[in-house]
Amino acid sequence: MLSLDEVRRIADLARIEIPEAGVAALQQQLNGILVLIEQMCAVDTTGVEPMAHAVDVTQRLRADRVTEADQHELFQSAAPQVEDGLYLVPKVIE
Amino acid sequence: MFDLTISALASLLRDRKASSEELTRLFLGRIARLDPGLNAFITVDEEKALAGARAADARLAKGEATPLTGIPIAHKDLFCAKGWKTTCGSRMLADFVSPYDAHVVEQFDRAGAVLVGKTNMDEFAMGSSNESSHFGPVRNPWDRARVPGGSSGGSAAAVAARLVPAATGTDTGGSIRQPASLTGTSGIRPTYGAVSRYGMVAFASSLDQGGAFGKSAEDLALMLNVMAGFDERDSTSIERPKEDYARVLARPLAGLRVGLPKEYFTADLAPDVAACVTAAIAELKAQGATTVEVSLPNQALAVPVYYVIAPAEASSNLSRFDGVRYGHRAADYADLNDMYRKTRAQGFGAEVQRRILVGTYVLSHGYYDAYYLQAQKVRRLIARDFTQAFKACDVIAGPAAPTVAFPIGEKTSDPVQMYLEDLYTISVNLAGLPGLSVPCGFGDHGLPVGLQLIGDYFDEARMLNVAHQYQLATDWHRRSPPGIG
Repeated sequence: MLSLDEVRRIADLARIEIPEAGVAALQQQLNGILVLIEQMCAVDTTGVEPMAHAVDVTQRLRADRVTEADQHELFQSAAPQVEDGLYLVPKVIE
Repeated sequence: MFDLTISALASLLRDRKASSEELTRLFLGRIARLDPGLNAFITVDEEKALAGARAADARLAKGEATPLTGIPIAHKDLFCAKGWKTTCGSRMLADFVSPYDAHVVEQFDRAGAVLVGKTNMDEFAMGSSNESSHFGPVRNPWDRARVPGGSSGGSAAAVAARLVPAATGTDTGGSIRQPASLTGTSGIRPTYGAVSRYGMVAFASSLDQGGAFGKSAEDLALMLNVMAGFDERDSTSIERPKEDYARVLARPLAGLRVGLPKEYFTADLAPDVAACVTAAIAELKAQGATTVEVSLPNQALAVPVYYVIAPAEASSNLSRFDGVRYGHRAADYADLNDMYRKTRAQGFGAEVQRRILVGTYVLSHGYYDAYYLQAQKVRRLIARDFTQAFKACDVIAGPAAPTVAFPIGEKTSDPVQMYLEDLYTISVNLAGLPGLSVPCGFGDHGLPVGLQLIGDYFDEARMLNVAHQYQLATDWHRRSPPGIG
């Protein structure tokens, strides 16, 4: 079961800010979900191949040629902040 | 006229007894009048719809119509449609206008269908009641104090209230079949890989599949004829020849073997739902089908396995919402990391946050083998159960949902109670199989009940055949909610 600190650590990994007042309630909900999940942990799966996808498909290959037109202005029109064709974010390196 | 199926409307259009513009105005009028009480739509665009209708009328006049030309439809609001808001029911994308079309949207455009609006849904398709939408809950047309199911609750309610003849949806764990059951509509989720996921906002990529709602199995076949087909832009799209899903609708059921999983008919199933489903199976037998008991021994593990795999894939897919390239960005923040954290805390609702956190946990260092890898192995066992069952039968029949529609607010405080709503649908997604739900009667409080049919891989045409033959002998699918005239 998750401790309060583990809940804070996971939220940090997921880049979601959780107000301190909400951590305990979230812990309870997540632990409820983990109780549900635990039901499958004890199943004997020795020798069973993991099923990563619904159907067995192999990755298709295509010819290495340009198929997309340059639409960066259109696509960037949805961005919160853009300048000279670049996405703006807060300064990372001082 | 609003009560007619796609095929009936198409013949009116072909015979010039009605124009697409008239039809489109009729349904737009119904939306304006009835949707304020239902909240099935997030966006309705009268101008675009009428322009589409006029283009369809021109095409009809030239004799170049397809069965969908001029038919008003709606798309679940996670299919990107160029120039349309595509919100996924989330604050994160509340103002996002898509710069491109999803494959499914393109296919309906090419067929000449008239897009009238985008339907409400659980946020990022995570939910079974349509209560997690940023745009408010959808109300069930049969009882407005109850949920329509989810996550495609808006599409289901819109078709049930006859606001559109048909609509698209997606089904990751039951999000088409469960709302179809709760609203008395017909809904199909095809085999994984049959419908392209290009431009369909991703929730859990190995489980997501587009499908449709309509008023009859025949209409579902017409919808699939437009939607399904190979698309090289989706790496999991299956390369196979185009098929006509309506080709065997007329075949009698004599000789059909119907599998009844003993794990579906237990105390988990409400007695009123069980009674309707049992009566529907008796009708199939009356038409010459035989029944055989089959077993899905790992059925009880499907919900637990799903709540590892779906959140794991969701936590990866939703990492793209970072406030940089599109969508919501927090107004105040200290640095880049703080911007991500605040943007995602504000942009995502509680259920989406919970699932991202569960996914992050099961994929994190030290837990991957115990949870994610184990879930993938049990998933294999669940899929094998179906392979085994289909050796003894042609289709599997059972309930689509354990109860009739429940009251708004009843299950919102306990996520696990909500998850169990998908008890009978989730294993189908894990296996990648096709499934559908058709109305089969009314349970407690006069609320609709759905019969689920599960088919073998790419056996949609046969499932639709069974559903169609059932609908020829029954009229549950023709019943509409009171007060929508």
